[in-house]
Amino acid sequence: MNESAIVIQNLGKKYPDVTALDDLSLRVAKGELFGLLGPNGAGKTTTINILCGLLKPTDGTAQICGYDVQKDASEVKELIGVCVQETAIYPYLTGAENVDLFGDLYAVNKVELAKRRENLLSKMGLLEDAKRRAGKYSGGMKKRLSLILALINDPEVAFLDDPTVAMDPQSRHAVWDFLKELKKENKTIILTTHYMEEAEELCDRVGIIDHGKLIAL
Amino acid sequence: MKAQRILALTKKEIKKTVREPPVLFMIFIFPIVFVFAFGASFGGVGAGTPVYNVGVVNMDQGNLENASQTLLTALSGTKIINLHLYSDNQSAQNALSQGSIQAVMIIPVDFSQSFTSYQAAPSNPSSWTNTTISLYLDKGSLTATQAVPPIIQQTLTTIAGQTQQAPSNPFQLQTASLVNVESHSALDFIAPGMFTFASIFLIMMVGQSFANDRENGMMKRIRVTSTTPTEFMASQVVSYMGIALIQAALVFVMTYALGFRPAVGATSYLFAFVLVLVFSLSNVGFGLITATIAKSASAATGLSFLFVLPQLFLGTFVGASLSSGAQVAGKFVPSYYVTDALTSLFLRGASVASLTVLLDLAAVSIS
Repeated sequence: MNESAIVIQNLGKKYPDVTALDDLSLRVAKGELFGLLGPNGAGKTTTINILCGLLKPTDGTAQICGYDVQKDASEVKELIGVCVQETAIYPYLTGAENVDLFGDLYAVNKVELAKRRENLLSKMGLLEDAKRRAGKYSGGMKKRLSLILALINDPEVAFLDDPTVAMDPQSRHAVWDFLKELKKENKTIILTTHYMEEAEELCDRVGIIDHGKLIAL
Repeated sequence: MKAQRILALTKKEIKKTVREPPVLFMIFIFPIVFVFAFGASFGGVGAGTPVYNVGVVNMDQGNLENASQTLLTALSGTKIINLHLYSDNQSAQNALSQGSIQAVMIIPVDFSQSFTSYQAAPSNPSSWTNTTISLYLDKGSLTATQAVPPIIQQTLTTIAGQTQQAPSNPFQLQTASLVNVESHSALDFIAPGMFTFASIFLIMMVGQSFANDRENGMMKRIRVTSTTPTEFMASQVVSYMGIALIQAALVFVMTYALGFRPAVGATSYLFAFVLVLVFSLSNVGFGLITATIAKSASAATGLSFLFVLPQLFLGTFVGASLSSGAQVAGKFVPSYYVTDALTSLFLRGASVASLTVLLDLAAVSIS
């Protein structure tokens, strides 16, 4: 296997009444597009939340590009981009303002930020609507904008949690094309999805999670 | 800590305030409408000088009627007091309870005798016949309770030919205060509380904003960036202090337009703004507590009233007309100290270095 971007060892997350993640071990190579499939509540989002530092695991460890997600959280945050499950955008800001805000939060310099903003908005088909308030966007446009916000820092590793859910086919294919381009740029992507067809189309490997366990790889 | 992140989040908060109609209303429009409504109601625009209806029961038995008549003539001459004569206390009290007058003044039987004793030897208190003028006030009238006693006290001093600096005279006025209100309108009394009032609603806005961002995943999204909690908090503090400053400026412009003209220097105004800014920090804190407890934005709105209402009723101009128990309770809310400090600065003429004002600032800072 190539150099690993993500190394997960015996990762677990237990709540008093439920085990959300149970003894998950996994390696994802640099430049790989890895799909996590499973029904609702299987543990996909829990895995992503632990990897991006939103949740503390109760067992095991995880590393991203050699950094421990718990001990080296600030270094990890510099390397990752996360598209959360919710369509998380600020509706009172324009599309471009949303992108600029997150560029600033990642401390991207202004010149570079302008370039990336134009590039990402253009690739996601939102350039013409960049000056419109995001709250006025259609559902598909909001999801695409949400994806842009996750990638504005040009991350080494991107976690995309159901990025195409509830998208119209046109938007979904635009996202697929975009993800294929990212893959060509040697970015590592973890994609959770409910769609088998999406996983087959995009992913190099697929892991199936159910009841917090990786049941197939 | 990166200024780029703090500035970006601050700009975002300010854009939200300007672009979201409900937020814009609560933060800016509501205080303006409120100040205008109250200012106009309490004798601001076009109302001229307020007039207080005072009932008089003259029991003065001195054969020299001049003393009580001099007092009544002098009171009528102020054009602020409209006198109504009653033959007995009972009739006057009935009129007071029915709201047709705002105060009852009982001139005692020995008033003329007392007056004469004072005139005969103004510098010899041992020879004076001391007397007490009883004053009953309509507690439902905030302006009457605050304005009538000092007007009568001032008039007594004037007709006795006594200077403000003179040590004493034989006329005691029950419930009289030492505040000289001749140049103050009712608006002047409520204006300090209005500055406080406007800022209190930041609690609701902060609580809603945080709970809403958490609900729609924005907090999660920000947490996965390199933004530190310190940077995030700094942005909130900067943006809400900015909003509070604009809010205070708007309230000041409105009250000024309505006739609020405290005769104090620029330092007092500056200090007042500092006080409001410190108070806004306290409100951001209460807003954060609200957001932490609430599970949704709508729950945060409801919960915020746990902090908003006590501050509103016990610590602003409303508190002055509440029971003594409520006024003691007011000392446990930060807004009380802001209103008290602003009142000391604007109405009592206290300097920014006075102990009362500094203690008030300390209390607000601690909160």
